[in-house]
Amino acid sequence: MTEFAHPGLYVHVPFCKTKCPYCDFTSVTSLSSIPDWLEAIKKEMLLYRDRFSRFDSLYLGGGTPSLLPDRDLADLHHHLRSHFPFSPDTEFTVEVNPDDINSSKLAALRDLGVNRISLGVQSFDDQELRFLKRRHTVDQAVKALDGFKDAGFAKVGLDLMYGLPGQTESRWLKTLEQATSFNPEHISCYQLTVEERTPFGVLQAQGEMKPLDEEAGSAFFVLTSAFLEEKGYLHYEISNFARGEENLCRHNLKYWQRVPYLGLGPSAHSYRDGSRWWNLRDLEGYCRVLAEGKPPVAGLETLTPEQVYLETILLGFRTRDGVDREIFRNRPGTEEVLRHLRQAELVHNVGGRVVPTIKGFLVADSLPLLFAN
Amino acid sequence: MTKIRNFSIIAHIDHGKSTLADRLIQKAGLVEARLFRDQILDSMDLERERGITIKSSTITLPYISKSGEEFALSLIDTPGHVDFSYEVSRALASCDGVLLLVDASQGVQAQTLSNLYKAMEHDLAVIPVINKIDLPSADVARVKEQMDKELGLDPDLAILCSAKDGIGIDEILEAIVERIPEPKGRPENPLAALIFDARYDSFRGSIVTCRVFEGTVRPGDVIRFMSNQANYKVEEVGIFRINREPRDQLSAGEVGYLIAGVKTVSDTRIGDTITLQSNPAPAPLPGFKDVKPVVFSSLYPISSDDYPSLSDSLEKFKLNDAAFVYQKDSSAALGQGFRCGFLGLLHLEIVQERLEREYDQAFIMTVPSVQYQFTLEDGSTISVDNPQYYPDPIAIASSAEPYIRATIIAPERYMGAIMKLCMERRGVNSRFSYPAPGRMEILFDMPLAEVIVDFYDKLKTVTQGYGSFDYELIGYRESSLVKLDILVNGEKVDALSLIVHSDRAREWGVRVCDRLQEEIPRHQFKIAIQGAIGGKIISRSTVNPFRKDVTAKCYGGDITRKRKLLEKQKKGKRKMKMVGSVMIPQNAFVAVLKTKND
Repeated sequence: MTEFAHPGLYVHVPFCKTKCPYCDFTSVTSLSSIPDWLEAIKKEMLLYRDRFSRFDSLYLGGGTPSLLPDRDLADLHHHLRSHFPFSPDTEFTVEVNPDDINSSKLAALRDLGVNRISLGVQSFDDQELRFLKRRHTVDQAVKALDGFKDAGFAKVGLDLMYGLPGQTESRWLKTLEQATSFNPEHISCYQLTVEERTPFGVLQAQGEMKPLDEEAGSAFFVLTSAFLEEKGYLHYEISNFARGEENLCRHNLKYWQRVPYLGLGPSAHSYRDGSRWWNLRDLEGYCRVLAEGKPPVAGLETLTPEQVYLETILLGFRTRDGVDREIFRNRPGTEEVLRHLRQAELVHNVGGRVVPTIKGFLVADSLPLLFAN
Repeated sequence: MTKIRNFSIIAHIDHGKSTLADRLIQKAGLVEARLFRDQILDSMDLERERGITIKSSTITLPYISKSGEEFALSLIDTPGHVDFSYEVSRALASCDGVLLLVDASQGVQAQTLSNLYKAMEHDLAVIPVINKIDLPSADVARVKEQMDKELGLDPDLAILCSAKDGIGIDEILEAIVERIPEPKGRPENPLAALIFDARYDSFRGSIVTCRVFEGTVRPGDVIRFMSNQANYKVEEVGIFRINREPRDQLSAGEVGYLIAGVKTVSDTRIGDTITLQSNPAPAPLPGFKDVKPVVFSSLYPISSDDYPSLSDSLEKFKLNDAAFVYQKDSSAALGQGFRCGFLGLLHLEIVQERLEREYDQAFIMTVPSVQYQFTLEDGSTISVDNPQYYPDPIAIASSAEPYIRATIIAPERYMGAIMKLCMERRGVNSRFSYPAPGRMEILFDMPLAEVIVDFYDKLKTVTQGYGSFDYELIGYRESSLVKLDILVNGEKVDALSLIVHSDRAREWGVRVCDRLQEEIPRHQFKIAIQGAIGGKIISRSTVNPFRKDVTAKCYGGDITRKRKLLEKQKKGKRKMKMVGSVMIPQNAFVAVLKTKND
């Protein structure tokens, strides 16, 4: 994996036509505040003007960025380009919902220079899509995918979801089969995570929805990895697969490799020079604070060396790049832990790095604790 | 002229000692009723929670007798558990009489007997008191008969009392004045004061509690601790009310405190005699026994950085607990630590809790052990209280372990259950007697190792709370001993080793493996736990790994959240000890010895 030293830029577009019952990202269903949001974002850009070096990734996430009217999208893009420097080969990703795609939307995205599409497919099973309360159908997703190919977008990524209540392994395999039949450059497979403050969370708390048990979750995970690797995809992060090194998501890698990034918009997170800060979550507050000429920052932390150490491990073990062995130097006891993890086939040594196996990926959340003092 | 009486209350556990002490304090008017807090003398939270007295406290009560004379009555409180018999004897040596308290419904119990014997050893006046006569189940006639037949006391001299309702308190105070002799000793003689307690105050140094037998001590005097000849200048003397009350002097017969800027904790030794440098007493006072710990366990700081702090805390703690002994120790698995000696398992638990609560220490405590004796082929004999030092089996000619004589008093109907329990614990040489109709006294000789862990709890269970228990050490007996090693993921954890009787080795091996399986949390990998004797595996269990804990998403906003979660878990890890790559919870080291709470 290549190191990316250039920072990344993220813009949070917090609008959705309807809320999905599993989603806990910041979004509102009233599109009437788009102008306020756009004005606020423009003000926020001014705060960081000249403070970051050249970006080589731009990511519009949400929410549903494909909901933005073409005119607003162009306005946003124009301001980003005029306030911040970008390298010529910038990876420009937009998250897109299948039902927002038509030929004029495709043309608008192409004109802006978008070169990577992240399509929220979730499933190739209409029943599952209805359960997830998605607005689109399988048919629409298929059409969208065909459209991207025709329009000549260099990179297309699909988001899929598994571990739905009652979903069998064979049903999930069908979704995977169909996804790979389009030969997308990138596939993200997320196990359904039920967050507390969502409609699914309420159902689960009431006992009306059962979470997937550990064994089944683990079986799905291993199956997914094996299936996609067999189809030629690299399992390069817990939930992410790419068709070749050149198709890794450059922007998202920055999160895991602790490369600086700037996040604009409500609830967006930023990182640079050992500090992390995050914006106000609610759209109204975010707009108001910026209208008052103040930064919309809700919190900031500067990491201690111990926190950097913990973070490096926690993020490193999520990727197939693993962790540089050097960071364990002069840490008493870590050699022994590593030896045991190798024996248990959770990690192995690759060059100077400690790299997780698929079994290691499965327990990546708790591995850092073994190295903590 | 104020006259002096020094006394103590002795009783079986739960017979109402602390309540009676409270009433006496109230009667003396030392505390206003509205400020009264139950069990004033049990000053530690732990004492109040557990309902037992751990540390002896002292208080001097002003009293005007019916004849109009002024008295100063010093009540020396004594601990009420069998583990603390040494503290009891220490307090008793400073008294001239005791109130022997017996519960009117439960009657004479095992500790009533042992406490009475101790009072007799010190030649103290004994005032029998029958407490809780207000209870519907009270049977005064039966208790009087027990006093006559089992204790050999004149039942007509017993005072009937309900400490709870305040009945009989006046009679008790008069009896203290009339039946307990005035202390002997002369204020003009060379000073001889016995240290029977000490607390450490970080500003003032040692606060010594003592009974002056001869002479007088005043602020400004230069005193000498006779055991080590250390000299200090007295800053303050006084007596205990609810708080300390300074006085001009302490004279022969009085009980009080002394502060002399003693910052060297090891200089104040319980049982030592204080005299004056200028006019020393010809000999130290007799009467104090050596503290002999019978249960041993090692303490290791969870983080090796905390070693100095643990060391410092132990030094300070030692001053407040004469019975506690310790020395440096080290373990391959756990690093640098301390080997500690305790009077019993309750004492061990109390020390553990106090070090955690009052001294804020986080440490691992290893499996408790008694002291074994090994005679080697070359004829030499060694004592081993730490399984780590179990000798090479080839070199052992014979081995022996300490035995106790257990005295159990219980209603006859529990005899079968008690017998079964004692036999399981390798009890031998049983004898019975029927001190009163329906009541049995059962004597058993048992290995101390079988008693230290949860014998008393088990006895209470099988007798539904009616069984009482006391014991005395009766020396060493030959016994076939082996060392049981515990391996976690193939590595021997020396701190988990046990010395056990060969007949019970397999049973122990299975038990320890099963307990560890419950105590050790699931890890990312499989953990094999094995019990081994001399390299031969005799038991095993497995902690299965968890399969998946990873969350699907980790982008910008999730990083801080995830790290904070880890930092929180890191704090939980402070309660664990890393052995190799396995996190063993702090409590597991002691828990392995306990049977399941079923």
